[in-house]
Amino acid sequence: MPNHAREVAVVAFAQSDHRRHTDDLSEVEMVMPVLHEVLDRTGLTTGEIGFTCSGSSDYLAGRAFSFTMTLDGVGAWPPISESHVEMDGAWALYEAWVKIQTGEADTALVYAYGKSSPGSVRDVLTRQLDPYYLAPLWPDAVALAALQAQALIDAGDTDEAALAAIAARSRTDAAANPHAQLRGPVPQGGHEVAPLRTGDCPPIGDGAAAVILAAGDTARRLCDRPAWITGIDHRIEAHGLGLRDLTDAPSARLAAEHAGAFEAPVDTAELHAPFTSQEVVLRKALRLDGTVRINPSGGPLAANPMMAAGLIRIGEAAARIHRGESRRALAHATSGPCLQQNLVAVLEGDKA
Amino acid sequence: MTEVLRAPLVVEFPFTRSLGPVQSAFLTGLRERTVLGVRTSDGRVAVPPLEYDPVTAAELRDLVEVGTTGTVTTWAWNERPRPGQPLATPFAWVLVRLDGADTALLHALDASGPDAVHTGMRVRIRWAAEPAGAITGIACFEPAGPAADPGAPGAATAPPAATPHDGTFADPVTGIVAAARLDYTYSPGRAQTAYLDALAERRTVGERCPRCRKVYVPPRGACPTCGVATTDRVEVGPRGTVTTFCIVNIKAKNLDIEVPYVYAHIALDGAGLALHGRIGGIPYDRVRMGLRVEPVWTDGSRHPDHYRPTGEPDAPYDTYKELL
Repeated sequence: MPNHAREVAVVAFAQSDHRRHTDDLSEVEMVMPVLHEVLDRTGLTTGEIGFTCSGSSDYLAGRAFSFTMTLDGVGAWPPISESHVEMDGAWALYEAWVKIQTGEADTALVYAYGKSSPGSVRDVLTRQLDPYYLAPLWPDAVALAALQAQALIDAGDTDEAALAAIAARSRTDAAANPHAQLRGPVPQGGHEVAPLRTGDCPPIGDGAAAVILAAGDTARRLCDRPAWITGIDHRIEAHGLGLRDLTDAPSARLAAEHAGAFEAPVDTAELHAPFTSQEVVLRKALRLDGTVRINPSGGPLAANPMMAAGLIRIGEAAARIHRGESRRALAHATSGPCLQQNLVAVLEGDKA
Repeated sequence: MTEVLRAPLVVEFPFTRSLGPVQSAFLTGLRERTVLGVRTSDGRVAVPPLEYDPVTAAELRDLVEVGTTGTVTTWAWNERPRPGQPLATPFAWVLVRLDGADTALLHALDASGPDAVHTGMRVRIRWAAEPAGAITGIACFEPAGPAADPGAPGAATAPPAATPHDGTFADPVTGIVAAARLDYTYSPGRAQTAYLDALAERRTVGERCPRCRKVYVPPRGACPTCGVATTDRVEVGPRGTVTTFCIVNIKAKNLDIEVPYVYAHIALDGAGLALHGRIGGIPYDRVRMGLRVEPVWTDGSRHPDHYRPTGEPDAPYDTYKELL
């Protein structure tokens, strides 16, 4: 078991209803109800939060420094202790977890949002790629995922029927998730970029999520069944796509090892696999067999708000522990092309 | 409920990037129709080459020349090319391991259809018509035909190994300009839509925080002190008070205003914070804190052109000292 200075738990989680368009809302107008909901669940006010950290990307909506506008929604004046990552909110949660480990805070509010509807997210994401060898070719997010999917098919790890089954399972499970964008199976459709079909790709949409972390007895006071983060780590692959074995995710495996994921079985895994083929890679890398419930929320194939979908995996895993539906869960978040960067957290409930 | 406002928004930027010595040699080589790789710490040949070893982080400088023919390691058929991509007609994205290399390069493959592409197929570089010291100096790949398969009847011998290269070219490329353009449809959200709608009627409408009662102009939808939505619409102004100002002596490009002129913070009557605008109708050196002003509108403009003195007595400092 990894040994950390302090026990830290997810004590509350909230998310928006994820929608294809939110033209009627600015970013702060979209985020604020989620912030209020997550605070209400603990009875805390913004003034009682020790540290606030957010994750978002200005490129999605094309608004410079948009995170400073959403900060209005937490009541950031007079100045609060606050930080931001231009990454998925799962990495904001990691920063907040470290902050609590240092003893500088006992509670943290972590939130993330993505408003992809104003732009073309497939093209926007090309701007995160290597600027010398990749970005000038504008290889979009679906194209890169399709190269990975073909490599898996060539290796005999999957086929189009198996990928379709992952898509169907995810969206069937999402029928029970009122926040999901796709609630129920959708046709696989034609090829977007072969071998990936429309059904293999996540829906594009806008949304937000928030989590509250608390240490030790504070967590026990705020939550009946705290979801203790017993391990958390993040690792990255070499940045050249052609240097990597795209059928594997050694960085995810390493993060899982460091998070203690392999020291005992998990009953649930919330995987940030926006494309069906990436679930195949992660199941292998994270050694998840048929006994593990994968993405009971429907996962990112049912709702994939950029920059929030990874934080939502941690939130969904924690919420299952809060509800007594899981004892030990793995949550995974990713960033970049073809599972470039991977974060793994292990969450556990108190022993009965 | 008014209709949601929308406007096109273009974000366009040319990034000028300098190159490290390995990238410089590689991109200059593409201009000269020569492909260079670099030997990594474990002796493998990386193409495209890296400045630093991905495992040991050691500086890599050992350049080699590799072939212009190679093998597809994975591919994806792109039926609908998108703006900026290498080909405008349907093509395959490919990772290609060039002969002599141990890693693969991403590019496009010009093929007749998905049935004409497979992993393991032999392809060769099609150079750009106009030589370029950039990854786009390669136009794309094209099928090399079975004759290029090692071991095929009549084929040459095994692919050539990488050969040492000093990376020296005349007039090396030392940087690239990476142009990027992203197109958005911007919509401002509830609070700012209401603000803009009112401005079209030459009224300034802010929003009041239900908790601390402060009136925000222009409204952003949330009170940054209380962290709650601002909801009550409050019309402010049209008159206001200059809370502080500066004298502008530098003529801005594309702005037809004579210098010097005064740019000021103006607290409209009823507003909880100041907005800014130009002061006209008074010599620049007569503008002062506390000056009472009103907006001057011009036809066809969404915002007041400037503010001018009302002739009222100056506002006492205590009435605006919190609004500087």
